[in-house]
Amino acid sequence: MSSEFVRPDGRLPDQLRPIKMAVGVLDRADGSAYVEQGNTKVIVAVYGPRELHPRHKASPEAAVVRCRYHMAPFSTRERKSPNPSRREVELSKVIKDALSQTIFLERFPRTSIDVFIEVLEADGGTRCASINACSLALANAGIPIRDLISAVAVGKYNGHIILDLNDEEDEAAEADMPVAIMPSFNKVVLLQLNGVLTEEEFKQAFDLAVKGCMEINRIQRETLRSRYLSIKGEENEDV
Amino acid sequence: MNERRIVLPGEFLVEGDYQPGLNVFRQGKRFYSSKIGLLSIDKKVVSVIALHGVYEPKVGDLVIGKVIDVGTFSWTVDIRSPYTAILNASDYFKGRFNPLRNSLRDALAPGDMIIAQIVEFDRTRNPVLTVQGHGLGKITRGMIVELTPSKIPRLIGRKGSMINLLKKEGRCQITIGKNGLIHIVGETVEDEELVAQAIEKIEREAHTTGLTDRIMKFLRRSRGLDV
Repeated sequence: MSSEFVRPDGRLPDQLRPIKMAVGVLDRADGSAYVEQGNTKVIVAVYGPRELHPRHKASPEAAVVRCRYHMAPFSTRERKSPNPSRREVELSKVIKDALSQTIFLERFPRTSIDVFIEVLEADGGTRCASINACSLALANAGIPIRDLISAVAVGKYNGHIILDLNDEEDEAAEADMPVAIMPSFNKVVLLQLNGVLTEEEFKQAFDLAVKGCMEINRIQRETLRSRYLSIKGEENEDV
Repeated sequence: MNERRIVLPGEFLVEGDYQPGLNVFRQGKRFYSSKIGLLSIDKKVVSVIALHGVYEPKVGDLVIGKVIDVGTFSWTVDIRSPYTAILNASDYFKGRFNPLRNSLRDALAPGDMIIAQIVEFDRTRNPVLTVQGHGLGKITRGMIVELTPSKIPRLIGRKGSMINLLKKEGRCQITIGKNGLIHIVGETVEDEELVAQAIEKIEREAHTTGLTDRIMKFLRRSRGLDV
């Protein structure tokens, strides 16, 4: 990888966009999180496990994850129709499948876990930002999970393998590959590839994605931990 | 060894010959947390006291529930869990239940709160309650406050240290529903409110150390006593 290559927004090929994360941002939800990666902004609310209606949709073996990925009408330059598009239905499905890998679903038969993802601003990498926000919200809701999953996209742009594509890069990219992993167990929970990569490029891109996910996971853990350390401050006041 | 550090889901806890307790799972001999909580290693049992989460019903648990519906032969009771509970009329009327003579609605109406015990629960059916037993039945006085169900062990404290403190210094009778509802009965409303405030403090600071001492100071200071 040539280190001289600089991307349109001035980043290096292996550099993430600036990240902001917060948990417990919604009072009424059982768990919630907000994630910003560059200009991409996503908010997630999680409810459950709770009784599932209609009953016939419930499974006697395990909880059912219901997931809605939705882009706000104002999230793009051109107004996006609020009706679920084909793409949104697909993303809801792949995110649901990724989350189902990490949740101990068999602990809550006949119930549902409902995940609502609202994309406030879309600038590439929304499915990855959504997954990052979802795993924070699940942890915040106290739903038992195997690991905090982390996701990031990699791609090929102007012949270079780059990390965390924004919309401009995504539009012009030769390939785009979102990856989500369970970092503690070296497991892939989502991998899609749009475009063409050689075997060599794929390996290079995948390694870069794992590296990016590890960095994001570190930020996720810091975000959760700092939430409790900030409450701990009260302790010193009255002792 | 009993460190009380905050752990996160997927975090590696210990390796070796341990038993997995609450909110802990194993991969071979390695143990991981499945929730945000406080690590607690007691002898050979590794567990995590969760800071969030719903109540998971267990047979034998004492719970406090709210009657939400009256049927022909049973009541439906909300016990703040993913599963609503059932209280059978035959249990309430001690088996001498006659739909023509006894009115379910006169005994317990929607909105009434009850203290009950879970007698039956498995993966296929909703929990079944009983109100036959000491201290069980309809709640007629006092105050009910909420606490995140996973923080109940914190409210009880080691060998009951916290709950005994609340009863003594708070001058109230306290019944803990495992589902996170707590029934407080005191001589005066002020006593009850003081205990309620203390429980609120436990909710907020459950993950901190030295909490029992701080609650003691809080209760005594509020009454104008020496700390």
